[in-house]
Amino acid sequence: MMDAPKIVTTRPLLIARNVSKAYGDVQALSDVSATVYPGEVLGIVGESGSGKSTFLRSLNLEETPDTGSYTLDLPDVQGNLFDLDRYARRMLCATKIGIVYQNPHLGLLMKHSSSGNVAERLLVAGERRFSVLRDKARDALDASEFPLERMDAPPIELSGGMQQRVQLAKAIALEPALLLLDEPTTGLDVSVQALVLDTLKKLQQERKITMVIVSHDLGVIRTLSDRVMVMRRGKVVEQGLADQVFQDPQHAYTQQLVHAKL
Amino acid sequence: MTVLDVRSLTKGFTMHHLGTQMGAFDDISFSLNAGEFLLLKGRNGAGKSTLLRTLYRSYLSQSGEVLFHSQHGVIDLARAADVDVTYLRRTEIGFVTQFLTARPRVSAEALVAEPLRLAGQTAEVALEQARHWLGAFGVKQELWAAYPTTFSGGEQQKVNLARTLILPQKLLLLDEPTASLDVAARAALVKRLAELKAQGTAMIGVFHHPGDVAELIDREIDLTPDAKPKEDREDVAI
Amino acid sequence: MSLKSLTKDWEPMSYGFLDASAKREIRRKTLKAIAVPGCQMPYASREVPMARGWGTGGLQVSCTLINPKTTVKVIDQGADDSVNAASIRRFLARVSGAPTTTDTLKADLIQSRHRIPEEVLREDQILVLQVPNPEPLRPVQPNMSIARQMHADADYGRMWLQLYEQIVRSGRVMQGASYPSLVHGRFVMTPSPIPRWDVPKMHMAKHLTILSAGREKRIHAVPPFTRVEPLVFDDVPYRVEEHGDLTCTRSGAKGYFMNEIPQPDGTSTYEVSDSELGVKTIRSSEGETIDIGQTWYQNGEMAQ
Repeated sequence: MMDAPKIVTTRPLLIARNVSKAYGDVQALSDVSATVYPGEVLGIVGESGSGKSTFLRSLNLEETPDTGSYTLDLPDVQGNLFDLDRYARRMLCATKIGIVYQNPHLGLLMKHSSSGNVAERLLVAGERRFSVLRDKARDALDASEFPLERMDAPPIELSGGMQQRVQLAKAIALEPALLLLDEPTTGLDVSVQALVLDTLKKLQQERKITMVIVSHDLGVIRTLSDRVMVMRRGKVVEQGLADQVFQDPQHAYTQQLVHAKL
Repeated sequence: MTVLDVRSLTKGFTMHHLGTQMGAFDDISFSLNAGEFLLLKGRNGAGKSTLLRTLYRSYLSQSGEVLFHSQHGVIDLARAADVDVTYLRRTEIGFVTQFLTARPRVSAEALVAEPLRLAGQTAEVALEQARHWLGAFGVKQELWAAYPTTFSGGEQQKVNLARTLILPQKLLLLDEPTASLDVAARAALVKRLAELKAQGTAMIGVFHHPGDVAELIDREIDLTPDAKPKEDREDVAI
Repeated sequence: MSLKSLTKDWEPMSYGFLDASAKREIRRKTLKAIAVPGCQMPYASREVPMARGWGTGGLQVSCTLINPKTTVKVIDQGADDSVNAASIRRFLARVSGAPTTTDTLKADLIQSRHRIPEEVLREDQILVLQVPNPEPLRPVQPNMSIARQMHADADYGRMWLQLYEQIVRSGRVMQGASYPSLVHGRFVMTPSPIPRWDVPKMHMAKHLTILSAGREKRIHAVPPFTRVEPLVFDDVPYRVEEHGDLTCTRSGAKGYFMNEIPQPDGTSTYEVSDSELGVKTIRSSEGETIDIGQTWYQNGEMAQ
């Protein structure tokens, strides 16, 4: 709905246009576009191999798509972010974008302390005071509802749910403009999943963090998202308000997906 | 003052797995003023709930316009950008359903306080208000801090009502809010609705037993196909 | 004119042991290393008659810099008379004909393992340090390709993370030797495994320091009058070993870096680690006129 009448005057935070990426013969993404407004939560659903994770990694500048553009409406951030060099990407991702991976091994130093994992992000941004690092790491872990008496335990000694909280604390430690979540609750048992979801929802409400969340779990997406984008075989099949996509899916594939939910 | 202006709204569903189309309602037009209460009538499956959901944009209409007179100007809810619809839902349009979609491990009072907190109230004020309304709808005090997922249907519905009615909205959509409520809660609900109506909230409701809210009803629309139009205003066509 | 007058006599080896091209390469790489302080320059480390890891890097630099007028001093953990120091000193003298000394003040070239002498070095002196592990990022990034990118980006957050971890686990920074230091505000280098006590001596020093790792094939350098700042948190000050109050049991020297000598009864005695300083102190107390140079630490405190 490009020409939809608007009353909200805020500009979109994130605009990705016509992002395409091929791995050899496999078209992982074809012409994927997305717009996210400040404070909004965009959920991306789709089966395995639908390209949703590739798209998320592109937003974290870990992948360079073949074509397409990606802009963030932030001070000092200009132009197509896919054109940035490695150093500029690193600084942007280190300060403005937070990510939580499905696999904590990707996002955490498993043998360093949990607070150290959070502190690392602050160190990259140039913080050099031990007491400030400590306080900010504690605050971030607390906001992620991590038990503070274990803040110096290495993630390898923690449960999966706790590891996700450390990842989350690390991601929000610098108050990122954009938080990316790649299957944040997959692999956790149901009760822990509920706790992590609850933490995410709280963070979203209290800090108004803009999020893009990828999951194949429709319940997770439905609980967290304002808007939903359905992907299949690298293409966007349908997008709309979360309740609309789930209650009145327009596309045959989305209907199939929604009806398959237990 | 007009709040909502619906023009030839049509909704049907495409069922891809059956390869069929199913019409819900066709060419509906009406308008609604501030402080007005509109009752939707019709037999089961006539499209009452569908109409409410289409107005709320949970369903996408096929044609027609839903002109909502928001504080920021007139906007067609059928075509508005998602972000605007989200914003209006948070600030000006309320929807009371028969079901509570409780989030796991969120207490009843926190759930009720949420709309106020999102509207910018402090946590304490919001919580105080939330407790007031939970009490008013007859939710037992020992349940306030408990998780509503474990409540009975009636208790859940009370939490749901408290949550939706805590913040006065410009437009309120009611989808059988009295179902599964006891007499006392029903009375509290009618009282709150009357209060909101007096404050200028426009309401569209579907009720199993319209008698409960008889004194609030200003107009009725019958969605039963081929029903005789009961519209008594000449400027509004059905 | 005969062929003999145009050629040199047969020699068993080149002057200074290394062949001319090897020395030229090391000179070029050393100049590069001086031009970019703290940045590691790769070089083709040659075979020398010593096992890798025993100071071959330092030895190659010494062989390159040496000439018949260079007075050489070699120390190993502060001592001039340990086997390794004595062997290297003898080797250097034999391949170059250069005079040797144990007196820091008289030396032109000092090759050292794990210590910087206590007497202040001058502009005309060169200190060559043997480096086992030139990459300060190795503990935090085992992939050397990525480590080089991190140097290029000045991405040193992980180095502080290491210190953070030490403070969290042990209550203080545990890094005893090879304390990572920022050179000229740009590159983090390892100062070779010198104790924390010696790192401040490099800061704005008058002498040139060349650090060479033979096994790892890297040279880096600290030119004269260059900032060398140990990595610290702004609110956790850098601390050297608490040797300021210790007295050498043999020489009576006080306020220098000490070697701890465990005693049978469980206590410890101490003797000064810079052996030549100990010798000088003893001889001057016996009435000899000995020229003891100004020391970096005075009364156990680093002079400003």
